[in-house]
Amino acid sequence: FHPGNGRFDLHLFFIIRFCCVPVDFEVVNVDSSMDSEEDINNAIMAIRRNGVALKGNIETNHNLPPSYKSRNNLLRTTLDLYANVMHCQSLPGVRTRHRNIDVMIIRENTEGEYSSLEHESVPGVVECLKIITKTKSLRIADYAFRTARAKGRGRVTAVHKANIMKLGDGLFLECCKEVASGYPDITFDSMIVDNTTMQLVSRPQQFDVMVMPNLYGNVVSNVCAGLVGGPGLVPGANYGEDYAVFETGTRNTGKSIANQNTANPTAMLLASCLLLDHLRLHAYARMIRRAILSTVTETRLHTADLGGQGSTSEVVRSVMKAVQSTGPLTLSI
Amino acid sequence: IVGLGWFGMQTVTLIPGDGIGPEISSAVMKIFEAAKAPIRWEERNVTAIKGPGGRWMIPPDAKESMDRNKIGLKGPLKTPIAAGHPSMNLLLRKTFDLYANVRPCISIEGYKTPYTNVDLVTIRENTEGEYSGIEHVIVEGVVQSIKLITEDASRRIAEYAFEYARNNQRSSVTAVHKANIMRMSDGLFLRKCREVAEGYKDIKFTEMYLDTVCLNMVQDPTQFDVLVMPNLYGDILSDLCAGLIGGLGVTPSGNIGANGVAIFESVHGTAPDIAGLDMANPTALLLSAVMMLRHMGLHDYGNKIQTACFDTIRDKKVLTKDLGGNSKCSEFTADICRRIQDLD
Repeated sequence: FHPGNGRFDLHLFFIIRFCCVPVDFEVVNVDSSMDSEEDINNAIMAIRRNGVALKGNIETNHNLPPSYKSRNNLLRTTLDLYANVMHCQSLPGVRTRHRNIDVMIIRENTEGEYSSLEHESVPGVVECLKIITKTKSLRIADYAFRTARAKGRGRVTAVHKANIMKLGDGLFLECCKEVASGYPDITFDSMIVDNTTMQLVSRPQQFDVMVMPNLYGNVVSNVCAGLVGGPGLVPGANYGEDYAVFETGTRNTGKSIANQNTANPTAMLLASCLLLDHLRLHAYARMIRRAILSTVTETRLHTADLGGQGSTSEVVRSVMKAVQSTGPLTLSI
Repeated sequence: IVGLGWFGMQTVTLIPGDGIGPEISSAVMKIFEAAKAPIRWEERNVTAIKGPGGRWMIPPDAKESMDRNKIGLKGPLKTPIAAGHPSMNLLLRKTFDLYANVRPCISIEGYKTPYTNVDLVTIRENTEGEYSGIEHVIVEGVVQSIKLITEDASRRIAEYAFEYARNNQRSSVTAVHKANIMRMSDGLFLRKCREVAEGYKDIKFTEMYLDTVCLNMVQDPTQFDVLVMPNLYGDILSDLCAGLIGGLGVTPSGNIGANGVAIFESVHGTAPDIAGLDMANPTALLLSAVMMLRHMGLHDYGNKIQTACFDTIRDKKVLTKDLGGNSKCSEFTADICRRIQDLD
């Protein structure tokens, strides 16, 4: 478990322990102010050892020279966590402009614009390489269709800009089409990324499962998180062949509200439920998730990001009470 | 400062375009006449021709007209599939070095969307970035697309953004970037924005990650003012913002080029299925023409026409089909003309 920089919820431990979930945490701190990559390498080693992790966002100082790489990105690419999955659903009790949103965003997580390959050809002229490979495009497309089928979802939409980036996004789109042909039970279509964002803010209900390269995934997942109520509510998951890392969906550090007991713990708590599901501890995941969702419908407990004045600890206490009331074995509050 | 020609009239190059282009252009001309705007229209066709040496170019009389008039208004152009020449918009961009794409997004009272009180402007660098068109297949199955960021283009767009903010009484400029991931390229862009900001202490300058902008934009777009960014982010964000206020049918757009050239355009398609049926909505082209008037310093005319247009929409009596009504383009246009004459 890596707390990250910002609003870290020790409360998470309390809930997991409180519910007597048979999970133990190994805490690894990553100090983003450190120049050396020792911290992040320790974290990566720990994840290799344990197989799963819960992670807070690690701040990247973008004023540092390119030699200082984003720790979050390093973790994702080193562990080959190739699929970033974010399930955005409208929640009862949370007021938003659009209702009945249920979108699953599947984003390629290791290449594309995040390849960190840049050079200054002559002073004042910089080239940044976006890499798209057939292997990774096929892999993420296959992940998307497999997931759609497993979750009983009928449609996959590929988001791209192949009219402009004919070779790069063109290849991505081709791979999606190829994989789609192997899933005749699932409808496949595609949409250009700028039109996609326009459609999302007018009629987000039209989307089901969406698959896309890295950068568009960044844009679309943030738009969708905003549409369903903000960064405090949506968990995110990063899956690889061998490892899985869970975090808040929109990867913010929340630095400005850290340590003030005002942060919304929902996203992180739901991320821990995803972790429990991954470990096949479904009963625990279901129990905690039910408690979280019942708490989120209580408007008087809403934290500042949802327009309320509730505190982090109040939300956590409410979740624990909700769990307790359903009768399983727990510690006392 | 644009010089006024004979009788105080300014000549503007008009490119009606294809599909519904001609009818919405004539709607705009009618409305300008009703407002007695000091504009003389010079119509030109920009369909690409092959020049000497085999290179595609816009017709010389169109180029000559734009170079002389400096200001242009353009309807939608169709993208030919098998004509063999590049996109017309790309050709125009290259011919006149249209480096800044400007889209003011203002909520239209009377055309309801889930978002209210939107009043922001996206300023997008339009010549480089991810749209350099430089791609190659390295080995089979591995493609490299190059995003180009240069010091000059970044400085130029930043300067335009701050000038625009100052000239239009906007209080802040936000640079949108992803320098945490693209350290060198977006980092260069950001540095240039910071440098230019130094010369505009009256304007507040902030920086924000692209994803944070997206997250915040769909929750509360009223927090944004002027946004400046490289090509791809600009493409995505300008369309996202158009979606907030009602789509491309009601969103104006302007392209600023070197040497004082500026071409204002509607960014929707040619709608061939309704072309010639008097069903089109001229709002986007009209609002672009209003943007043009403001650019030329003719704010009074611009405001008058915009007010009439918004009033017609708010009244809901003669709306075109896409706005939820049943009326013809000509009826919509006539209503706006009537209101303008009443305003006088």
